[in-house]
Amino acid sequence: MPPNPTESGIAVRANGIWKVFGRNPERVLEPKFRDLPKNELQRKTGCVVGLRDVNLEVKTGELFVLMGLSGSGKSTMIRTLLRLVEPTAGTLHVDGKDVSAMSHKELLEFRRNLVSMVFQSYGLLPHYTVLENAAYGLRLRGDEKEKREARAMEALNMVGLAGWENYYPTSLSGGMQQRVGLARALAKNPDILLMDEPFSGLDPLIRRQMQDELVDLQSDIGKTIIFVTHDLPEALKLGDRIAIMRDGEVVQVAEPEEILSNPHDEYVRAFTRDASPARVYTASTVMEEPEMLLYRWQGPLTARNEMERQKREWSFVVDRRRTYLGVATRDVIERLAKEKRTTVEKEDLMYLEPVRPDVVIEDLFGVVSSESYPLPVTDDDGKLLGVVRPRAILNALSTGEADA
Amino acid sequence: MRDFPDWIRFPVADSVDRAMAWVLTNLGWFFDWVGEVGLQILIAVERTLLFIPWWLAVIGVGVVAWRAIGRVRSGIAMAVLLFMVGAFGYWAHAMNTLSVVIVAVAFSITVGIPLGILMAWNNVVRNMLTPILDAMQTMPSFVYLIPALMLFGLGRVPATFATVIYAIPPVIRLTNVGIREVSTSVIEASTAFGASRWNLLFDVQLPLARPSIMVGVNQTTMMALAMVVIGSMIGNRGLGMEVLLAINRVNIGQGFEAGISIVFLAIIIDRITTAFARAKKAKEASGEEADTDAVEEESTSKASA
Ligand SMILES: Nc1ncnc2c1ncn2[C@@H]1O[C@H](COP(=O)(O)OP(=O)(O)OP(=O)(O)O)[C@@H](O)[C@H]1O
Ligand SMILES: [Mg+2]
Repeated sequence: MPPNPTESGIAVRANGIWKVFGRNPERVLEPKFRDLPKNELQRKTGCVVGLRDVNLEVKTGELFVLMGLSGSGKSTMIRTLLRLVEPTAGTLHVDGKDVSAMSHKELLEFRRNLVSMVFQSYGLLPHYTVLENAAYGLRLRGDEKEKREARAMEALNMVGLAGWENYYPTSLSGGMQQRVGLARALAKNPDILLMDEPFSGLDPLIRRQMQDELVDLQSDIGKTIIFVTHDLPEALKLGDRIAIMRDGEVVQVAEPEEILSNPHDEYVRAFTRDASPARVYTASTVMEEPEMLLYRWQGPLTARNEMERQKREWSFVVDRRRTYLGVATRDVIERLAKEKRTTVEKEDLMYLEPVRPDVVIEDLFGVVSSESYPLPVTDDDGKLLGVVRPRAILNALSTGEADA
Repeated sequence: MRDFPDWIRFPVADSVDRAMAWVLTNLGWFFDWVGEVGLQILIAVERTLLFIPWWLAVIGVGVVAWRAIGRVRSGIAMAVLLFMVGAFGYWAHAMNTLSVVIVAVAFSITVGIPLGILMAWNNVVRNMLTPILDAMQTMPSFVYLIPALMLFGLGRVPATFATVIYAIPPVIRLTNVGIREVSTSVIEASTAFGASRWNLLFDVQLPLARPSIMVGVNQTTMMALAMVVIGSMIGNRGLGMEVLLAINRVNIGQGFEAGISIVFLAIIIDRITTAFARAKKAKEASGEEADTDAVEEESTSKASA
């Protein structure tokens, strides 16, 4: 199987993939059955259609999201890529190799070297330590003990689990277990990473954090990632392109904005409607530059002049690295000026609790309406990225446009 | 009219008899050979047991029980039980009984675990074996004595044979159950990383089925011990024979001593094998505890940071 030169830039190509569960599945491909809807087919033949004539092309280095309701065939599709599920018909090329034609031995080699998978239920070996789990793929491949442990350690570092290598998975939280699963997948440095709802079992906060880390990771290592989810915000956040599946068929493949702005049919539209903007847009999509900014070292007199000039009653204050410190009102500045202080210190300021850029705006409703000030948005290091004004949130909600 | 009509008869007994006769005439040489090998093994094991000085055995059992169960008190109790068997005057008989149990259990494990694995791998094998195992367990135990007697004559070899037949089902069943209960997500993940069937068996299925298999081994051992007594009906000496003799002579005191010796042996073997089955788990659990503390420490330090 020489890699086909015309295939360069294509990581996965699926052509006319069918998967039918049940007895004599080939029967379903006959003309009199193949166009029947899923439930009618099940009534007539007793077979369940998992995938129906799926054609997909995933580009190298792309983060490709498979999305759809429960039972739409996402897991079946991603499993088919490793032949954990045998397709009933169709051809499958991964990295230019014809997976559907591989012998059992070639298939083992293929699974050991080229593609890794991360599972919703983690699938860790409970009697192995974190390190042994992370190294398991390398062990199956036949790597030497030192080599595989060194690489596994590297992978554990990458997912932030350094220091945990000698623990057993049962003593780790769900998020950490999934990191082990990710480390196991990364350790063998695969070309392609398959992820079947990897974050569905996690708490929302951990989940968001893992999503961010995945985005960072992908921009660092540039792997092709195929990611399954049934969560639209997650798909929109992660996906370079999104394929929407229904009853085993791919309904639409498009970039996130296009899915939102130009849904192919009612099914896709229902998806996007279901995901109200409040749950799709995050603080970072609606935040704006602050109208006025004071620097800590400027001192009360300069600050007072500045406020005078801009006719403002208050301002956010930051330090040299733009780290958010608090809000200074005109009264405070006047008082400090009277006291002849030279700098504005943090203790003098009113501290509005900042929010993170990835908070969905639904979570901001309570906070925003009760404050007359806009909300400061900061990153992990406390740097002020922007502010969210109540009006911006209302605009985003009413028009469904982030930039309104 | 209510009685079953006489003229409807499908005699199976004749066919069974005929089959048995055929086996004896055509395969007799094979069973003679198996019997001879089996006898040598049994004698060797018994000699070894008798070669160990009694006090060393008592201390040894005490120490092993103490290490396995983890309490000095239990170790002493087990040593005392074994000492009592000797004090009743049944040391040699006990070693004879033990040799049959050891050989029968060793054979049951070497055959039973692979059979259990096959059963777990293959539904056809399972569907064939399940009714056979059911039959083996519901059949009154001394029924096995008849074919054992016919194949191997009198003595400890047929007793061992009958013991194996009687005692092997649990280890087969629980191996099968243990492997089948391994979560499919772990199996699937390992497969996705390129595990072959044998990788799966040795890396995943057997280690995870271990607690279940150990329960099977324990049950098999206890059933073997129970069957050894019945085996004395076909000429196995040992404790069972003493019980049988006491019954024939209506000698209650002697029967009690021999009977209670068997019970003591059973308790010793059960406690020690159960403890071994749990040993690893307990270790992992205590490790986990330490680990959870560390997790908490870590998370609180993060929170305060
Ligand atoms: N082993 C199987 N035998 C029979 N039918 C199956 C099997 N696996 C999946 N199916 C059927 O195939 C269809 C697609 O299932 P699949 O698991 O791929 O859905 P999914 O999109 O991953 O759903 P979910 O979000 O619940 O994980 C479903 O109708 C399911 O019932
Ligand atoms: Mg699924």
